[in-house]
Amino acid sequence: MRMTLKDWSANARNALGRFLQSTSGKIGLFLAIAIILLALLAPVLHPYDPSTDRNYLTRLKPPSAQHWWGTDGLGRDVLILVWYGLRTSLSVGLVSVLLGLTIGVLLGLVAGYFRGWLETGIGWLTDILLAFPSILLAIAVVTITGPSLPSVMIAVGVVQVPIFIRLTRSMVLSLREQEFVQAVIAFGATPARIIFRHILPASLAPIVVQATLSIGTATLEAAGLGFLGLGAKPPTPELGTMLSDSFKNGYSLSAPWTILFPGLMITLIVLAFNLLGDGLRDALDPRESH
Amino acid sequence: MGRYILKRLLNLIPVLLGITLLVFILLHLIPGDPAQILAGERATPETVEAIREQLGLNKPLPVQYFLFLGNLLRFNLGNSLMSGASIIQEITTRWPATFELSVAAMLIALILGIPAGVLAAVRKNSAVDNLTMSGSLLGVSMPVFWLGLLLIYLFAVNLQWLPPGLRISQEATLAFKPITGFYVLDALLQLNWNALKDVLAHLVLPALTLSTIPLAIIARITRSAMLEVLSQDYIRTARAKGVLERWVIFRHALKNALLPVVTIIGLQFGTLLSGAILTETIFSWPGIGSWIYDGILNRDYPVVQGGVIFVSISFVLINLLVDLSYGFLDPRIQYR
Repeated sequence: MRMTLKDWSANARNALGRFLQSTSGKIGLFLAIAIILLALLAPVLHPYDPSTDRNYLTRLKPPSAQHWWGTDGLGRDVLILVWYGLRTSLSVGLVSVLLGLTIGVLLGLVAGYFRGWLETGIGWLTDILLAFPSILLAIAVVTITGPSLPSVMIAVGVVQVPIFIRLTRSMVLSLREQEFVQAVIAFGATPARIIFRHILPASLAPIVVQATLSIGTATLEAAGLGFLGLGAKPPTPELGTMLSDSFKNGYSLSAPWTILFPGLMITLIVLAFNLLGDGLRDALDPRESH
Repeated sequence: MGRYILKRLLNLIPVLLGITLLVFILLHLIPGDPAQILAGERATPETVEAIREQLGLNKPLPVQYFLFLGNLLRFNLGNSLMSGASIIQEITTRWPATFELSVAAMLIALILGIPAGVLAAVRKNSAVDNLTMSGSLLGVSMPVFWLGLLLIYLFAVNLQWLPPGLRISQEATLAFKPITGFYVLDALLQLNWNALKDVLAHLVLPALTLSTIPLAIIARITRSAMLEVLSQDYIRTARAKGVLERWVIFRHALKNALLPVVTIIGLQFGTLLSGAILTETIFSWPGIGSWIYDGILNRDYPVVQGGVIFVSISFVLINLLVDLSYGFLDPRIQYR
């Protein structure tokens, strides 16, 4: 759909207006920006090398003026670990959603536009992927690729693929029957042009909303994999792995600060993107919001 | 209806085949020799060769897949590398634990979630509504295993009100014989009140932990379904006739608002089975989830494979049951 610049700016203004009316959207946006800035600026504000950080004299010290959030089993400052863990967990969330989105949207576009055996095949794949409970699917993927950060990104990304396939396919199915698409088909445009210039731009709003919400679930899933010992390898700080260390060594019972703060940070990340996603849905897709 | 069920069952076949195919491919994509992996690192070459022969690993891949399917149909999933126990036997003894935990979690979610959702809808935009909605958002944003760890620290370690893990305490097991594997039911069948108290005390924390996500989602869905129903004409009519407000809400509105809730209950129940992996691990709950976790830690591939297949198939079957239950709940729904 080729909109004039005036249409576009009016639409954008309306969406922005609706977004600004949504309290959850504003809080989410603020939190998300703060989290992303914290993650990006960590090496500038506080350079840190986790591989050399050990101090057995300060093992498992409770929060104090020196170590605000206490220290862990290796005597490392929990605040700094959580800060750097936030970088890892956030990047896993973002990369895996980007991965799932790219593959899922492409397959969804193909399935919805070309129909026929392609749609049947992709539909079958979607059904199977959805039949696996997400954490199991991720576990299965990491079991093959071996525990590492890229593996977690791939595993969590794969879990997101069927969600984006379903969403995009349903958008394409309804859009391709609309007049503006029928018109470009009649003009003899190539399928690639129809899909990428006309259908994809018109289906972006729900995809953006889903992607934002997916960052939250992806972060939770990545933390779960980290907790199962399938995430980042030490000494890379990662929030789920921190919880797992604390649990396996029994610190979660004797030194609760080693679990409290990493978990709070995971919750904050997920909360931020859930709130932002809700706000974006109110703004971009008003019919869908409750 | 009968035709619809048949159609759905037939549709299930390609999905189930896909699940087994995926698990099969995954097991063969693991770097290294599967026979070596299955035999363990310290196995002799003879053992590895014997396993290769036994599993037919020297045959072409498609043949291997059909052998694997054949074994699966005969309920032969091999043995655990660590304990040597048969996978099917392990699943049979462990699934009641997981099922009991999931049912308890779902009960908590329903008992708290539906009233919270109704209250939030009836008092829309009030403090109660805001509190319910914020709580539900927090519930879906929290890592469940983290909440579990916090609950253990608070209620088991600090206050010592409840046990930190396992299904039953040492003392209670002496006078207790598992019959069905569902301990609450077993204790009731034996009229063993001490054991019942003990079993319920062990169930509280893990069930509460596992219930967070379904509780949050059920409260949310109940609220929006109630709002939808409450805005309809027949509710206005009922109110205009002077029907008691309580009667309007529970008799007229809630009954019709429950259909979407049932959908969610079914979907969430499937998710509970897999969510149990993390919860069971934290509470040393001897179910399928903690077994898969141990399988991962010990690189016990037959356990992971068997566990994944079992949970995925249960997940698919539960979703089917949910779909079929719509017709009973809402006679207007036509099956085709």
